[in-house]
Amino acid sequence: MTRADRTPAPATTAGSDIPRPPRQRRSAGGWLLIAIPYAWLVVFFLAPFFIVFKISLSEIAVAIPPYLPTIDLAEGWSNVVAAIRQFSLENYIWLTQDDLYWKSYLSSVQIAAISTLITLIVGYPIAYGMARAPKEWRATLLMLVILPFWTSFLIRVYAWIGILKNEGLLNQVLLWIGVIDDPLTILNTNIAVYIGIVYSYLPFLVLPLYANLEKLDVSLLEAASDLGCPPWRAFWTITVPLSMPGIIAGCFLVFIPAVGEFVIPDLLGGSDTLMIGKTLWTEFFTNRDWPVSSAVAVILLLILVVPIVLFQNQQQRVAEKSQ
Amino acid sequence: MRKGPSWFNVTSLVLGFAFLYLPIVLLVIYSFNESRLVTVWGGFSTKWYVELLSNQQLLDAAWVTVRVAFFSATLATVLGTLAAIVLARSGRFAGRTLFSGMVYAPLVMPEVILGLSLLLLFVAIDQARGFWTIMIAHTTFAMCYVAVVVQSRLAGFDRALEEAAQDLGCPPLRTFFSVTLPIILPGVIAGWMLAFTLSLDDLVIASFTTGPEATTLPMKIYSQVRLGVTPEINAVCTILVGLVTVIVITASIVTKRQEVLKERDMRLAEAQA
Repeated sequence: MTRADRTPAPATTAGSDIPRPPRQRRSAGGWLLIAIPYAWLVVFFLAPFFIVFKISLSEIAVAIPPYLPTIDLAEGWSNVVAAIRQFSLENYIWLTQDDLYWKSYLSSVQIAAISTLITLIVGYPIAYGMARAPKEWRATLLMLVILPFWTSFLIRVYAWIGILKNEGLLNQVLLWIGVIDDPLTILNTNIAVYIGIVYSYLPFLVLPLYANLEKLDVSLLEAASDLGCPPWRAFWTITVPLSMPGIIAGCFLVFIPAVGEFVIPDLLGGSDTLMIGKTLWTEFFTNRDWPVSSAVAVILLLILVVPIVLFQNQQQRVAEKSQ
Repeated sequence: MRKGPSWFNVTSLVLGFAFLYLPIVLLVIYSFNESRLVTVWGGFSTKWYVELLSNQQLLDAAWVTVRVAFFSATLATVLGTLAAIVLARSGRFAGRTLFSGMVYAPLVMPEVILGLSLLLLFVAIDQARGFWTIMIAHTTFAMCYVAVVVQSRLAGFDRALEEAAQDLGCPPLRTFFSVTLPIILPGVIAGWMLAFTLSLDDLVIASFTTGPEATTLPMKIYSQVRLGVTPEINAVCTILVGLVTVIVITASIVTKRQEVLKERDMRLAEAQA
């Protein structure tokens, strides 16, 4: 028996009062069940990262595929060793020398952080309003938040082009009301990128936050109010701390993908909007420099590892709690 | 404290939903615009839809997209459901942390990284790129969404049902098909639809993993959007939005009906007991 078989699963026993009988030996079928999705993810999710890393150490070449050295296992072990000897950190040194790259990373993180904050400010009242709505409305409201999430991301970003451009609808309305005399330039600026990210990722923030706020015990707020606590103070001292898991999950779900976002800065941002997803795309599709784009991806992954791990731990805690 | 929503709650909901829906509504309205100038209203017309029907390239791309989405969603649903069962039922095993990491990471991983890494894998194993490579790529990231959706469904139901079946001598595979699957079915269906729409929608991963002969609809839309807003694109987008809306609403009605039926059965059972 392996260690795994003897240890009762904490995820499934936690929270139940009745002790479960010790786990029986996992059958062949049980192992197969684990093996199939495991193998798929190892081959198509994990292994590719090692290849990206390998190619980030290679050199660009006029060849198919466009990098050197290529490792051909058929040509024997010595060939592999010779190939490994050719690896160099040149691409990474290049990333530090050209300031396009570190500026892109910095500005990606900055744009993602600002957008996440705005999304939280916009999304919190929506999630709160949903949680306070009468019970029979909640399913419909939830559906209304999820529906845009199902419609195409590309389409939703595209829809904003028509609204934000100089002769677009927003400017027409503002001119007609008389708020402005000249059309505002919003499209192709960072403001348009913020709007795009907030708009696209809003459901990601509202959903976990709503799930959290819905479970909030209203009697706590009633007690606070009975003891003379004004509503805004009750909100800051009770509601916000208790909804922290929802806030954290929601912010991660917005921040992490937003850092690597490509479509939004490409379609809504200007030529001076630097985001690393866009830089990687240009490096790959326009410059055809696979090794440098791999190096860009490796560094991006390193930047995101910390938030991703934090997010996963949090997800796991929430998942185990619910079981 | 008042129980009902305050004026503040109502205002934030109205403004929030206006923000979420106005851009899409405007897009739909302008797809019926007679004028080619997208921001000037020239009267109602369906001519852009008629024009779409004669755009063979666009129709071909749509057909590729739907096929990729169908196959990848189906495969992702099978793999994702298996992954969800492993996460919810298999307890502890060597490499569990890595496994749950691999399931949750694609949910937040930037698409450019997923796309690039899969492309380099396909190049490394010398696999010709096209329909199948997009399908495998979409399956890989969609199965994680399916796993999360199904897992939440699995977490919500009583394991005693499965244990009872097994105690009565029902083999594991049969227990799964006759007890577990019917209960998690709404989650599985929702997972399939999510996988389908994710695949329908994806531009970045498809652009990386495709070959010369397979162009998907988002890639087609993207290349035209870069040239500017046109009523044809508005029309394509409207059709896609309409399609997804119909699918999602139908599914939610089906799920709701199932829940109602289940509840009724439970009440009946309780009344008889």
